[in-house]
Amino acid sequence: MAVITYRDALNQALREEMHHDTSVFLMGEEVAVYQGAYKVSRGLLDEFGPMRVVDTPITELGFAGLGVGAAMVGLKPVIEFMTWNFALLAIDQIVNSAAKMRYMSGGQVPMSIVFRGPGGSALQLGAQHSQSFESWYAHIPGLKVVMPATPADAKGLLKAAIRDPDPVVFIEGEMLYNTKGEVPDGEHIVPIGKADIKRAGRDVTIICHSKTVPIALKAAEQLAADDVDAEVIDLRTIRPLDVPTILASVAKTHRCVVAEEGWHFCGIGAQVVDEIQKAIFDDLDAPVLRVTGADVPMPYNKHLEKASKVDVAKIIAAVNTVCYRS
Amino acid sequence: MATQVVMEALSPTMEEGRLVEWKKQPGDTIVVGDVLAEVETDKAVMELVARVGGVLLGHLVPAGTIVPTAEGVAWIGAAGDAMPGAVARAVTPDAPLAAGAGATNAASAASAAPTSGVVATDLVGAGSAPAASTSAAAGTLPVTASPGALKASPLARKMATEQGLDLRAIAGTGPDGRIIQRDIEAALVGGTAPRLGAPAAVVAPPAPARRVTTDGPGYEDIPLSQIRKTIAARLVQSIGPIPTFYLTADVDMERVAELRALLPPEPKVTFNDIILKSVANALAQHPECNAWWQGEHGTIRRWHDVHLAVAVAIEEGLITPVIRHADRLSLREIATASRDLVARAKARKLSPAEYTGSTFSVSNLGMLGIDEFTAIINPPEAGILAIGRIEPKPVVYDGTVQVRRRLRITLSCDHRVIDGAVGARFLQTLVRMLENPLALVW
Repeated sequence: MAVITYRDALNQALREEMHHDTSVFLMGEEVAVYQGAYKVSRGLLDEFGPMRVVDTPITELGFAGLGVGAAMVGLKPVIEFMTWNFALLAIDQIVNSAAKMRYMSGGQVPMSIVFRGPGGSALQLGAQHSQSFESWYAHIPGLKVVMPATPADAKGLLKAAIRDPDPVVFIEGEMLYNTKGEVPDGEHIVPIGKADIKRAGRDVTIICHSKTVPIALKAAEQLAADDVDAEVIDLRTIRPLDVPTILASVAKTHRCVVAEEGWHFCGIGAQVVDEIQKAIFDDLDAPVLRVTGADVPMPYNKHLEKASKVDVAKIIAAVNTVCYRS
Repeated sequence: MATQVVMEALSPTMEEGRLVEWKKQPGDTIVVGDVLAEVETDKAVMELVARVGGVLLGHLVPAGTIVPTAEGVAWIGAAGDAMPGAVARAVTPDAPLAAGAGATNAASAASAAPTSGVVATDLVGAGSAPAASTSAAAGTLPVTASPGALKASPLARKMATEQGLDLRAIAGTGPDGRIIQRDIEAALVGGTAPRLGAPAAVVAPPAPARRVTTDGPGYEDIPLSQIRKTIAARLVQSIGPIPTFYLTADVDMERVAELRALLPPEPKVTFNDIILKSVANALAQHPECNAWWQGEHGTIRRWHDVHLAVAVAIEEGLITPVIRHADRLSLREIATASRDLVARAKARKLSPAEYTGSTFSVSNLGMLGIDEFTAIINPPEAGILAIGRIEPKPVVYDGTVQVRRRLRITLSCDHRVIDGAVGARFLQTLVRMLENPLALVW
C-alpha cells in the first residue's frame, strides 16, 4: 500500500474516474490552469484538456447551476468550491435544484453530481471562512453528505460519490489535505453510508467525523494510558447515517461522546444522540455528551480561535464525565 | 441539595435493620465512606456508610429503632442547610401558590428547607399526606424515601431487572446518587442487594489469588431435559417444593484418626476439616452433585468449582460461611479458612460475600453428640451432607468383630437434580476417600 497525502488521494480518485467514465468532468474556480487552490486537480488539465477541466469566473451560483444543468442531460460533473464557505452563494442550486430534480421529475431527470471542497476552519481565516455546514446539507432529503477523514477514505469515497446517481455534498478539510496515510493499491471504493471503527474499544464510544477523527484518536490514546478503552467511530458519511454501526458500538460500551467541529445547536451530534436514545435507551449508563465548536462566530484571535475548537482535552473531559470518572 | 440516608440492605435477605448506634451526630462533617451508624441485620452487625459528603443535618430515627430497608434514617446536606421537613410533603403539586403560602405559615425551619430530589418527587403522590409540625432540631421526622425518586441509569435499571435486584436497596455512586452500571456490578459481586423474585444468581464468587486459571463464569447451565422436567414436576407433587431423599453411609474413620495424629499441631486440623476437604474433592469428581436447581430458567447450574458452605451455630441461630474453591485448597488451607470463618461468624463479623454463593453445604452436629441426622437443603443448592459423631463401635472388620471409630453421614439430595444412583456414587467416592485418606494428597 502506498502512503500518500489526502490531497493526492483525491487527485487519484478524480483522475481514475475521469478515465473510467468520459462523462465525468471537473469545474470550479482555479481548477485548471492554477491546478486547484489546494492543488487537488494537479495535472488534470494537461491530461484531460480544457473541455473536461474547466476554470470558471468567481460565480458560485452560476457554475453550480451550470453543473446541475449538465447533470440533467446526463453528464457527471464534479463541482469544486474553493471552500464551502463560498458555496453559501450556490446553496439555492444545491438545495432547490440538485436535491429535488430526480424526485420532482419522478426519476426522469438524472442528477449524478458531486459538489466538493474544504469545509470547516483552518487557521485564523476569520468568522466568515471557518464554518462547518454539514448539518445544513444533511438536513435536506435528496442530498448525500460525505466527509472523509483519511487519505484512503478520501479516495474511496470520492470515487463512490462520482459514481453515485444522487447529488453528493463532499466536504474535505483544508487541514487534512497534507495528512498522509496508506491507500490501497488498485481500484479502491469505499461505500457511501458506512461508518468505520477507527479504533476498537470496550469502555466508551467516541463518534466523530472529518477533522475530529484524528483528535478523537489522540484522545483515545491518552485515555488508554489511563485505563479507559475507547472505541472511535468515524462516521465518514453523514447522510445516510450508519445507524447500525453506532448502535452496535454504544450497546456494547454503554457510554458515548459525540464530537464534531461544527456548532452545538442542531449539529450532527444531535441527530446521532437521537438515534441512540430512541433505539437503545436501556443500554445507556450515562447521558450521551457532545463536544462541539463554541457557539460563537469563529474568533480571528489565535488564542480565542484555539479555545473555540474541539480538542483532545475537551473530548477526554467528556469521556471522563460519561464514565463517571471525576 | 440535601440527600437522604436510607437503611441499606446489607445482606441478601435483609428487609429491615436495627439501628444499633449512631456514629455521627447532627452537625458532624461527613466524608464519603464515613461510618454513619452500626446496623444489626438478620445476619450480622454491619456498618452504614455515607455515600455523599457534607454535614449531617440530623437523624430521622433514634438508636435502637428498627427501620425497613430503603427508608430514611438521616439527612446529609451543606453546612447551614435545614433538615428537609415533612411540611413539604403536604404540598399538592397542582397548587403551587397554596404551597408557597403553606410554607410561609409553617415553622421557619420548613420554609428554609433545602430542595431535595427525594422530597420534591415525593410531592406528586403525597397530596394528602398530613402536615407535621417541623422542628429541625428535634431530628425525628418521619420522612421516608420515595421509590419514585430513585435515580438509575437506563442500563442499571435493565441489569437490575434481568438480575432480579431491588434497586431501592442499592446505593448509587453517580451524580446525585444515580445508580449506574458499576453499582449493579458491585451489588452482584457483593450480594448486598435483595433479589426480587427469580433467584438466578449470576454471581461468580470471588476467586482466591492462587491457582485460579479458569476464565468464564465458573459454571455451566445445563438445559432441563424433558425427563428431568417430568421428574421434577411429579416429585414436587409428591413431597414439598424440594423433593428430598436421603442416603446414609457408615464410614470407618480409623485411618483418618491415624493420619490426623501425625499432622503437625499448627494449624490444628479437625476431623471436620478432613471431612470438608474430602467432600470438596468428591464433589469435584461428581459435578452433578455440585449444582443449583434453576427450574424457572429451565436449567440446572453445574458449578465448575466447589464453594462449600459450612453451617455454624451462633447465638441467634445459624449462618453458613463459604469456603471458596474448597476443591483447590490444601487441607491446611481449609483448616485455616474454616477456623477463621467460624470465628468471625460467631462474632457476627462476616461480610455478605462470605456467606453467599455456595454450591454445596455441610452440617456437622457430631460435637453435640448426635449419631446421625438429616439436614435440610439450602436452595438453590441440590445437596447437603449431615455429619454425625465419630464413635468407637463394634464392627465386623477383616472377618472379626473389632472396635473401630465409625462415622455416619447422611446426604440430602434434591431429586430434581440428583437421582438416587448419582447421589449414591458421590457418597461412595466420599466414603472411599475417608477410608483411604491418602486420596487427599492425590
